[in-house]
Amino acid sequence: MNTYAIRVIYKQEMMRAWETLLQSFASPVLSTSLYFVVFGSAIGSRIQHVEGVSYGSFIVPGLMMLALLTQSIANASFGIFFPKFTGAIYEVMSAPISFLEIILGYVGAAATKSFIIGLIILITASFFVPLHIAHPVWMVAFLVLTCISFSLFGFIIGLWADDFEKLQLIPLLVITPLVFLGGSFYSVSMLPPAWQTVTLFNPVVYLISGFRWSFFEVSDVSVAVSLSVVLVFLAACLLTVWWMFKTGYRLRQ
Amino acid sequence: MSQSSQTIVSISDLSKTYANGYQALKHVSLDIQRGEILALLGPNGAGKTTLISIICGIVNASSGTVTVGGHDIVSAYRITRGMIGLVPQELTLGAFDTVWNTLSFSRGLFGKKPNPAYIEALLKDLSLWDKKNSVLMALSGGMKRRVLIGKALSHEPTVLFLDEPTAGVDVELRKDMWALVRRLRESGVTIILTTHYIEEAEAIADRVGVINHGELLLVDDKLALMHKLGKRQMIIELETPLSAVPAELVAWGLELSEDGKELVYTYDPHKSNTGVNGLLQVINTAGLPVKDLRTTQTSLEEIFVSLVNKRS
Ligand SMILES: Nc1ncnc2c1ncn2[C@@H]1O[C@H](COP(=O)(O)OP(=O)(O)O)[C@@H](O)[C@H]1O
Ligand SMILES: [Mg+2]
Repeated sequence: MNTYAIRVIYKQEMMRAWETLLQSFASPVLSTSLYFVVFGSAIGSRIQHVEGVSYGSFIVPGLMMLALLTQSIANASFGIFFPKFTGAIYEVMSAPISFLEIILGYVGAAATKSFIIGLIILITASFFVPLHIAHPVWMVAFLVLTCISFSLFGFIIGLWADDFEKLQLIPLLVITPLVFLGGSFYSVSMLPPAWQTVTLFNPVVYLISGFRWSFFEVSDVSVAVSLSVVLVFLAACLLTVWWMFKTGYRLRQ
Repeated sequence: MSQSSQTIVSISDLSKTYANGYQALKHVSLDIQRGEILALLGPNGAGKTTLISIICGIVNASSGTVTVGGHDIVSAYRITRGMIGLVPQELTLGAFDTVWNTLSFSRGLFGKKPNPAYIEALLKDLSLWDKKNSVLMALSGGMKRRVLIGKALSHEPTVLFLDEPTAGVDVELRKDMWALVRRLRESGVTIILTTHYIEEAEAIADRVGVINHGELLLVDDKLALMHKLGKRQMIIELETPLSAVPAELVAWGLELSEDGKELVYTYDPHKSNTGVNGLLQVINTAGLPVKDLRTTQTSLEEIFVSLVNKRS
């Protein structure tokens, strides 16, 4: 195990976030606060309660997920795309380092950043709404799993993208809609039955549902199913990255 | 070629076809000796970078094998890559790192424990010490090149690849680079450099490999190469200019220079009978007043041009 390599990659990636502190950490806080003002106060005052939870509190897990997913993908995809773009990737590719070590460095750093952002949002939210976390351990588990799997997903996008446009494409065209339609701001049970069925094909629904359960013990689907979906997604991402490195996909061909 | 214990890098039957179907390397076999400076000489697009990239693990080979220090570059990549340092052709550096951090990063990436004293000595050796806290973006091209060398040496490799180290570098810096390469070789590092400057290969290489269209045309000792392929010319400088080659000398295939002051005789110095003796006698008998005589050796450039032309 080349632990020095993991360490220097991780450190370099974390430094990058530190140097752009405002962008890395302040912007998610700001946008979350805005969501609270708009959805929590303005609209939420008319909705009152969803499944026995005040609307302002109800949207907290969804908001966190929205930020986690976008941040994980953005951080991890950029982290590997940028050296590809400058050409500096040659060094990582010529180093005595396995795909697992590369992932631990790059994806580990991206996931750490999103995790921190998730916590910051949680703290921010606590200033707006009363928060009670029913299952803190599960909450953290979902948080960690989400950060890791979507950072991995972002890493794949970063490996795949060969220009900036493609780098933006998936987050914009796939992730944002999936999160918005994934029950961040409503309960799936509020939808007409036909749409409820459609929604079940959206993996983000399971993520948000499980995460919300850890807060309020209310969920759209069972927790076990949520957890399985997250784990399957994680495994699929890992397999994809493994395959990409094995075949040298877009890197060594 | 037999593989001796002196072989540090052994390339055998290596081919590469890129994803777009272009065959950049065709059955290249080459043994690189421990401690030598090998120049891979070839025009743009010959396949030099591709060859290096495969050995360093950046590009996958299509077929063939490479060993470094006796270890296969695929199955024992951790060992082989740890032995190798690479200075890439392009100035590919991150933008926001400092010189110090980027060298420390490289060292760690190659699995070496931090060693600030070594990095310091390296930076001083590369005249980069006063730039250690500078951001890469702010450096000149020449400095960036030296930073890349520093990165490649940060993990104390035993084999160093320099891909066109002096492309676009002015004469003075080129001399500095050559001096650096020689110093490295003295410290025991094996050096493989690619170049399309003949004078570079001629100036610093021990051996030269000529590569074109993905084929390794020949590899030989630089001196032996010139010896083997070099034609020699004897230039006879005359007291009085001639308008034509005198009749009695026509049989020797002499060329007359434009101003009529020089007769040029081209011969193969390795033949038992070079004809020099006979020619001098004939000139003597013809009573041509000779002012001076000199011989020149064909440069690597001419050898190279003739080789490349022959094959394509
Ligand atoms: N990634 C690639 N995909 C397709 N063709 C490539 C790729 N890289 C290099 N080539 C082609 O392979 C040939 C050899 O390139 P290269 O090894 O860079 O040559 P050199 O370094 O001798 O100039 C060139 O014709 C180049 O266009
Ligand atoms: Mg090249």
